[in-house]
Amino acid sequence: MAKTYDVVIVGAGVIGSAVARELSRYRLRTAVLEKNLDVCNETSGRNSAVVHGGFAYDTGTFKARFCVEGNRMMEQLSEELDFPFVRCGKVLVGNTEEDMQQLQRTMIQGAENGAEGLELIDEEKLHELVPAVVGKFAMWSKSSGIMDPFLFNIGLAENAHANGVSFFFDHEVTGIDRYKEGYRIHTVREKFDTRWVVNASGLGCKKISDMLGITGYRVIGSKGNYIVLNKKMGKLLPMPVYPVPSNTYMGIHVTPTVDGNVTVGPDAETTDDLSCYGVPQKNIDELAKSASGLWPHIRKADQIRTFSGILPKWVDENGVIQDFKIEIQDEIAPRAVNLVGIESPGLTGAVPIAQYVVELMKERETFTENPSFSPIRKGIVRFADCSRKEQERLIAENPDYGEMICQCEEVTRAEILEAIRNPLGVSTMTGIKYRTRAMMGQCQAGFCQMKIERMIEEELGIPETEILYSRRGSWLLSGKLREKTAVAEREGV
Amino acid sequence: MEQKDAVIIGGGPAGLAAALELYHQGIRDILILEREDHLGGILRQCIHDGFGLGRFKESLSGPEYAQIFIDEIEKYGIPFQTGSTVMDLTEERQITVINRKGVSRYQAKAVILAMGCKERSRGALGIPGERPAGVFTAGTAQAYMNLYNRMPAREVIILGSGDIGMIMARRLTLEGVHVQAVFEIMSHPSGLPRNMIQCLEDYNIPLYLSHTVTGIHGDSRLTGVTISEVDEQLKPIPGTEKEYSCDTLILSAGLIPDNQLSEEAGVALDPHTRGAVVDEHFQTSIPGVFAAGNVLHVHDLVDFVSMESEALAAEAAAYIRGEKLTACDLEIMPGKGVGHTVPQKVSGKKDFRLSLRVSGHYKDCRILVRQGTKVIGRKKMKKAIPAEMIQFTVKAEEIKGKEGLEVCVE
Repeated sequence: MAKTYDVVIVGAGVIGSAVARELSRYRLRTAVLEKNLDVCNETSGRNSAVVHGGFAYDTGTFKARFCVEGNRMMEQLSEELDFPFVRCGKVLVGNTEEDMQQLQRTMIQGAENGAEGLELIDEEKLHELVPAVVGKFAMWSKSSGIMDPFLFNIGLAENAHANGVSFFFDHEVTGIDRYKEGYRIHTVREKFDTRWVVNASGLGCKKISDMLGITGYRVIGSKGNYIVLNKKMGKLLPMPVYPVPSNTYMGIHVTPTVDGNVTVGPDAETTDDLSCYGVPQKNIDELAKSASGLWPHIRKADQIRTFSGILPKWVDENGVIQDFKIEIQDEIAPRAVNLVGIESPGLTGAVPIAQYVVELMKERETFTENPSFSPIRKGIVRFADCSRKEQERLIAENPDYGEMICQCEEVTRAEILEAIRNPLGVSTMTGIKYRTRAMMGQCQAGFCQMKIERMIEEELGIPETEILYSRRGSWLLSGKLREKTAVAEREGV
Repeated sequence: MEQKDAVIIGGGPAGLAAALELYHQGIRDILILEREDHLGGILRQCIHDGFGLGRFKESLSGPEYAQIFIDEIEKYGIPFQTGSTVMDLTEERQITVINRKGVSRYQAKAVILAMGCKERSRGALGIPGERPAGVFTAGTAQAYMNLYNRMPAREVIILGSGDIGMIMARRLTLEGVHVQAVFEIMSHPSGLPRNMIQCLEDYNIPLYLSHTVTGIHGDSRLTGVTISEVDEQLKPIPGTEKEYSCDTLILSAGLIPDNQLSEEAGVALDPHTRGAVVDEHFQTSIPGVFAAGNVLHVHDLVDFVSMESEALAAEAAAYIRGEKLTACDLEIMPGKGVGHTVPQKVSGKKDFRLSLRVSGHYKDCRILVRQGTKVIGRKKMKKAIPAEMIQFTVKAEEIKGKEGLEVCVE
């Protein structure tokens, strides 16, 4: 038996989750199918986490429009969904006459796009904003910012879920058939019948588009590698520092995270393999070298991790990168919203993109409002961010706040238990990590992962062999050493 | 805020030995703060033997060694709090600690840093490749097995010939896991010779020197690693790559003193040891804050940790009693062939015990302590290797004037 919905969204990244949330404002039965075991496992969680100003895109494009709109609504979203966002600004740093001309062009384009708070500044002002940065002048974008991309995506999804949307993880879509008035969607598990389909599958956009019968798109991957520096470094970098951009690439930059780390990257390599996130040695070396030309504090001793992300870019026959494609092709695939090539600034523009998707749908069908919709989602209280007084109150109310599990990031037992009981039912180790920051610190889970693994076992009643690190097949443990421990035997358990 | 004569941060071997010696020195108002639920520190998971040969003249397991100290702590009724994490330490020696009962604050006359060390993670080592499950530091794998009764591996490669890595090679083998090989980037083993024999040779586990991991494969669980030979600059040599199938990579490539708390308090650190800069009294750059054990510099044997902490406690007790510790203005610099020294500062008025590690392998050499051109201390060594800490006493009578000291290998 197939499950029946009004709308099936393919992909629980930031776009799929934002569309789910926008649709939950209406009386619709909506399901989100995700091949991974959590939200934001691909592009949505693998990026610079910068909220862009909107100056870098050709005027009149979706990219420019949704970026500017998304930027403007970020405070409101951050408040509604309880995720960290800091409007810290950013600088694009230049040295040559050519750089200056490019920045002047960017200023004009930015103004046309509606990007706010752009200013050309001299070296003195630049150093006032970011000490130690290397450059003669800069464009300062006051409206740019940084956010937590995991909690943004989780916030959107959890809020959609609270408003009635169902999420199905480990449900990779294997085929789509036309069926009755709509579609039958085949997954690696059960089937779904639905009137509407939304293709928000990011790196899978071409595949799903083809399944819908909308063929001919050429999508390439642009892979970017990053280095993560420890939390000592964020104090030295008040805002992201970028080089002067080219038309299609932002350049290797250094970015503080909302938690005080610094990311260095990304480089950009075209790839056909949209699932290989390996970070090669030569890229690590070149990133550090290149970014040191902008900011001199990049030392190997401060590196705690590397990661990479892949952007799906829609290109024409000449390989020229195109705008976002957001369409309904009524003749070929009615009631199917097709999103192709949603790359940067997809994170900044996610909610306006989702609103546009819903507009396209509403042009074709009348939706009734969901009277019980609430835009508010509360996240997990972060003990480490609380004042000592608040910490005292928390422990008095719940002693689990007094038990530190992750020493590096100061994450307590109470927070980890809350993350294990997350509303989306995610049970992976990285799921706990994205929701609490546990295991993200200097020791990279060396001291706390055993405790967290045991808590998942106990809380969810699943055996150790079924605990997964992140993806399907990412087993953590092969079993117990002894079926009965010495203590258990002595105590006759 | 409660006043304490001495607050000891960490209830592992360093903290326990310091507490007991403070007690024997007549200091009674002591508090040990331990973040885990039990005293003993990392010794709790070190169920192999070889501990205590120096101190107790017998080969004990880690828990047995720790228990000797814990029994005495309990016998004398020295106060300790487990499950208690220090959130904050200030220059004024105020300590904020949380546990399930709430938040407490202490004002200490003396603070003893005894937090031990952490392992270098994959990220800190900068190993390229994908990020599947199945990459563990040796201590994490050891904790899974020995404290949590959980098996993290089936088919194993080990990177780094540190002691814990070699001990885990044996431990995994005894539990029926296949350990294919140990790879070491250096041209010499980094752990103790006895572990080479007892943990690798006895079990026919090959050790490849001048090799390292240059690729990690698998998008869910580890499927294999790429191993390359390295040149004298430790750079991988192109063309030497070999692929190994495995589901687990265990890292045993160095320990780093855990000074997150000390740094936040403003304690000056030595870039060589990555522990605090201390004087001959084991006092850090903050008066009344002392450090010993692996938080100060990574030791090879726990027996030395206990001894060092006892030496610290004698000094800290004098400080608590209000005695003035002699000013230490003479700096000690590591010279040719020496990786680091502890202490880094001395008074020149008192004999002191010098700890050091050499940076290469030497035979029939001498460790020399120089002041200017004059040799003021020396130790003859048949063999000196980086894996083994070297200690000897330097006499004060030869030290003259204000010029700093240099330690080198000849």
